[in-house]
Amino acid sequence: MEKLNFQFDSVPASLAANPALCGVVGSGNLEILIKTGIEPAVCRVSIKTSARGFGETWRAVLGEFAANHPAGGTVIAINDMGATPAVVTLRLAQGLAEYLGGAQ
Amino acid sequence: MIPSLASRHSWFEATARKRIAGLLDPGSFVEILPPAESSPSPHLAKLDLPGAFDDGIVIGCGQLEKQPVFIAAQEGQFIGGAVGEIHGAKLVGLLKRAAREKPAAVLLLIDSGGVRLHEANAGLIAISEIMRAVLAARAAGVPVLALIGGSCGAFGGMGIVAKLCSAILISEEGRLALSGPEVIETVAGVEEFDSKDRALVWRVTGGKHRYLMGDCAMLVEDDVSAFRAAATAFLADWQEPAPSVGLLRATQRQLENRLTAYGAYRDGLQVWAALGVAQPETVPLLDRDSLVALKEGLPT
Repeated sequence: MEKLNFQFDSVPASLAANPALCGVVGSGNLEILIKTGIEPAVCRVSIKTSARGFGETWRAVLGEFAANHPAGGTVIAINDMGATPAVVTLRLAQGLAEYLGGAQ
Repeated sequence: MIPSLASRHSWFEATARKRIAGLLDPGSFVEILPPAESSPSPHLAKLDLPGAFDDGIVIGCGQLEKQPVFIAAQEGQFIGGAVGEIHGAKLVGLLKRAAREKPAAVLLLIDSGGVRLHEANAGLIAISEIMRAVLAARAAGVPVLALIGGSCGAFGGMGIVAKLCSAILISEEGRLALSGPEVIETVAGVEEFDSKDRALVWRVTGGKHRYLMGDCAMLVEDDVSAFRAAATAFLADWQEPAPSVGLLRATQRQLENRLTAYGAYRDGLQVWAALGVAQPETVPLLDRDSLVALKEGLPT
C-alpha cells in the first residue's frame, strides 16, 4: 500500500450534501469520501492505494480535476484498489456532483 | 431499448448501498456509523492493504412498506464481502439493538465468502458473535430475514448465519453453502468437486437448487424491486415461532432423512430426479415462475 497526500488550489465549492461517498473498494475501483475542510480555496486529497509508484499519475489526474471543477474547501479521502485514471476521473466527478447536491 | 430492461435493476450487479436504497421505502434509510464516522480495518492496514471506510458493510434503520426495519448489507466487491472485526461488530451491534428495540424485522443482505482470512481469529470470533446475536434477536421475537443474490453468495460462516435466520429469500444467481467450491476442490481434489464447472457449482449451491430442496422460503427474480416485494410478502405472513427443543428435534430429523435420501448423490440433477422432477436436465433453463410452479407440483 502507498499513502499519498496532495493539495491543490480550486474554486470554492458550494456545500450541499456533506459528506458524500461514491464508489466501492473493489478490483479496479475506488471509493471517494468528500468532506468539508476549513480552507475555502484549497482541495486536500489523501489516498491509500494498493498500487505503488503512481504518485505522478495521481498528481496529474487530481490536478486536472481541481482545475476544472469547483472543489475548493473540500477534504477528499480515497481508498483505491488499482483504479485506472479514467475511473478515478469519473468517480471524482460523480462524488463532487453528489457533494454539490446533484443526483447520482 | 426494451422498457422492461430499462426499468430493471439487477440485485446481482447493485452495490450494497444501491440494494438498500431500492429495498426500503424511498428516503427512509438512516445509516448507523456512516463512512465519515466509521474507521477502516486496522488489521488490513497492518498488512499494508487499503481498507474501506465502512469496512464492507452498511447498517442502519429504515422502513419497508411503512414497517420499521433494521437492515445490514454486505459489499461483495470489497474483499469478497468477508467478515472482519469491525464488519462483524457492526452487524452484532445492529442485531443486539434489534433484540432491544424490536423492529418489525432485521433484513440481512448477505454477499460474503465468510470469514476475512486476513483477520483470522478476530473474523472467526465475529462470526460466532453474529450467530449468537441472530438467535438472540429471534428469541426476542424479531424475525431475521436473509436475502441472497450477490456475486459472492453466502458461504463459510455467513452460510451458517443465513441458515440461522428465520428464512432465506434467494435469486437464481444467489448461492448458499458452507465450504465454497474452490475450498472443496483444494481440500478433496478436483475428482470430488470441479470448481471451474460453473454449471455444476450452481446445480449444487445455486438458488434454484436451494429452493427445490426447501432451504430457502422464496425464489426471487434478480431484481431489486422483486426482493422488496418478496420480503414484504414474507413478513406479512410470518410470526416468529418461540424457540423450542421440539422444533430443533424436528429439524434435526428432517436433516437426517435428507442425508439418507440424497447423501450419496454427486450432482443436483440426481437430487432433482429423486425429488420427483420428471426432466431434471431442464431445471437450469426454467425461468423463476416456471420453477416455482414445478416445485409446487412436486410430491411432498
